[in-house]
Amino acid sequence: MERIDIYPTHLYQGYKLRPGRPYPFGATLVPGGVNFSVFSRHASYCVLVLFERGKASPMVEIPFRGMFQKAETDEPVWGEFRIGNVFSMTVFDLDYEDIEYGFRMDGPYPKTERGQPGQHRFDPSKILMDPYAKAIGGREVWGQTPDWNGLYHHRARLVYDDFDWEGDRPLEIPMEDLIIYEMHVRSFTRHPSSGVKRPGTFAAMREKIPYLKELGVNCVELMPIYEFDEFENSHIHPDTGELLMNYWGYSTVGFFAPKAGYAATGKSKDGTQVADELKTLIKELHRHGIEIILDVVFNHTAEGNEYGPTISFRGIDNVTYYMLTPGEGYYYNFSGTGNTLNCNNPIVRSMVLDCLRYWAAEYHIDGFRFDLAAILGRDPSGAPLPNPPLLETLAFDPILGKCKLIAEAWDAGGLYQVGSFPAYGRWAEWNGKYRDDVRKFLKGDMGLAGGMAQRLEGSPDLYAWGSRGPTASINFITCHDGFTLYDLVAYNGKHNEANGENNNDGGNDNHSWNCGWEGLSTDPAVNELRCRQMKNAIAMLIVSQGVPMILSGDEMGQTQSGNNNAYCHDTELSWLNWTQLEANADLFRFFKNCIAFRNAHPVLRSKTHFRNQDYVGSGYADITWHGPQAWNADWSDTNRTLAFMLCGKHAKGGTVVDNTIYVTMNMHWETLPFDLPGLRDGMQWHVFVNTSAPSPEDSWQPGSEPLLEDQSRFLVGSRSVVILVGK
Amino acid sequence: MEINIKTLEQVTVVELTGDIDSKSAPDAQAQILPLIQPNCKVVLDMSRLEYMSSAGLRMMLSMHRQATGNKGQLVLVGLSEEISDTMSATGFLNFFTIQDTVEAGLVALK
Repeated sequence: MERIDIYPTHLYQGYKLRPGRPYPFGATLVPGGVNFSVFSRHASYCVLVLFERGKASPMVEIPFRGMFQKAETDEPVWGEFRIGNVFSMTVFDLDYEDIEYGFRMDGPYPKTERGQPGQHRFDPSKILMDPYAKAIGGREVWGQTPDWNGLYHHRARLVYDDFDWEGDRPLEIPMEDLIIYEMHVRSFTRHPSSGVKRPGTFAAMREKIPYLKELGVNCVELMPIYEFDEFENSHIHPDTGELLMNYWGYSTVGFFAPKAGYAATGKSKDGTQVADELKTLIKELHRHGIEIILDVVFNHTAEGNEYGPTISFRGIDNVTYYMLTPGEGYYYNFSGTGNTLNCNNPIVRSMVLDCLRYWAAEYHIDGFRFDLAAILGRDPSGAPLPNPPLLETLAFDPILGKCKLIAEAWDAGGLYQVGSFPAYGRWAEWNGKYRDDVRKFLKGDMGLAGGMAQRLEGSPDLYAWGSRGPTASINFITCHDGFTLYDLVAYNGKHNEANGENNNDGGNDNHSWNCGWEGLSTDPAVNELRCRQMKNAIAMLIVSQGVPMILSGDEMGQTQSGNNNAYCHDTELSWLNWTQLEANADLFRFFKNCIAFRNAHPVLRSKTHFRNQDYVGSGYADITWHGPQAWNADWSDTNRTLAFMLCGKHAKGGTVVDNTIYVTMNMHWETLPFDLPGLRDGMQWHVFVNTSAPSPEDSWQPGSEPLLEDQSRFLVGSRSVVILVGK
Repeated sequence: MEINIKTLEQVTVVELTGDIDSKSAPDAQAQILPLIQPNCKVVLDMSRLEYMSSAGLRMMLSMHRQATGNKGQLVLVGLSEEISDTMSATGFLNFFTIQDTVEAGLVALK
């Protein structure tokens, strides 16, 4: 049966039309044509603007209200294609591959001038990108200087969404078994040493899947890949002459479109190819057992403040999409970037939901990490909500029902919710407290034993009260914000001069220690200590309950020369230098062994917090705390050591039998003897890690750990971690 | 685009010239799909193909599916680096048997 509504009712300048369907929003391929649908509560007038792909001037502008011709008789007829606050029309016989589209809108006056505050910012001279655009042109070749005088910069395109997934679906790896690798798509392969064919692209990342498999991670978290403008606020550094860009992309142009400049196929100006390329990457990652989490930025958009460009939202319905001061209409700036998306407005909330559902269903995305997520819990005036509708909606959404939801539980407006983010049994958090406590303990600060015990247990002090479990805690020591792991042990202070802000940008609370020399060193003792400290850090991370996250490059000692805010550098400062893989082969080997160790031992991956008791009759509590004296941890303010034992018979709540694991951490500058707790049932201690031992005896492949000669005592080197396996 | 069909050594050789995009793909598909009969042997000579859009990629996949369903054999030959890269990046390349030349394609179908 063919539908009986596949025929035009109206004509406009030769284009065949009929009233459209208001839902779904955006441009949808329908039999015979394309259905366009766009919301605006306050626009009084709307025009569909169609371009031939890449052309400077439109091929036609079709109003949603006005005089048309009847399709059958050519007689003049008045028409209005709007239902409620939604303008929608179907245009027939369009070549979906070869068009770009936008809208013009007009609304209540007086007109708000650039730079002035105002509730409405309608400007019919601007062509507006569809907020639901599935593909966006205009920046499809990374770094290609745009035509600044162009009429329409970010150009909505259509996508044919019939990708052959060959049975793929999201992996649904249990949260407690995840090991996240945080990475930037372009940085990962842009360096000439990456050895890939199309550096800096999704396709290139796919070439590197064997590397990710070798490392052993089972999840990649991509820094923003929604369409953004690398030229946003771009400028030349006055001293270095470097073009500083919006390199990281934490500033969204379109929430439904992948960054075309990250696609090797972007240059084809074919939105469907870009989508296919990303889907192919995801399918291949899944085929290799690797999940994919997107870092999503819903707290603000690329439209900036009163002086920012009109791209889409502000010209469509400024008061709906943005948080504005009452009366005057200044942009609230809780994001620190000029504007704040009004995400608890019901319209915006629906858009965020539509967006995430689209990525989960259409791209098989396994989870989302929400940038400055505390903003998502603010009401339209900016006040924190006790029960934020958006966060609740996402937590209970059926399509997102198995997606990982991870919050960066703070914002630039001072709302800090680590441990208190509204979770609804779903949300995990980037645990900033974990990062800070581990960094301080690592560099030898005193009195951290109590804090470290919490961090190693999955931060029950933060999460147990809400019955959230260790998986609420994303444990990380480094992430894209701040120092790389190498820089954490090579710099006391940030060195951000290259950012062009006189070293005033970037955080100052780095809790870093340079091991005796600021920056690169030729002193073997300094370099040996740095390497050991990096090994100590990853060793602590992989034995912590919760979800470990590793920053891409840390496994090979990547440096940013002390820059702790490298958001603007499309240079070797940011690009992963693969030659380090050879130069720091022992560090890479250590990372691999540590990751394999975590994967091999369920006792490290508990879904629930420890009970501090023996509930399986093994003779040992699930976790016990120790120090240089077994069974006697030193919780004093002057202490720099900690040891703990995980009883293998309590693995996964006593449902799985694992080895017993003993971890000693001596962050004192002196070597200290640690008594070892005795094992039962003829089990003996074997050495998995000893960071003070030279490579390759610093770590062993899980299962090949050598027997420890002295089963009662271990001399733990200065600033060293030892991990023993009882079996 | 132009399509030229000939038979060499009991193999149907289809030469494609020009661009395959959303404008030309439906016609091309209408001409080529009927050739993919049960137990057929088809070589698709793409050496004169200049551009393939996502619609072209989809046409290729439809042909592959028809060939598989009909227990036929389909070999692509003469892919330019550009088209090969596009097919690889978008995940379409892996579905196909690829050879450098028509002659190599004929050998592969023996």
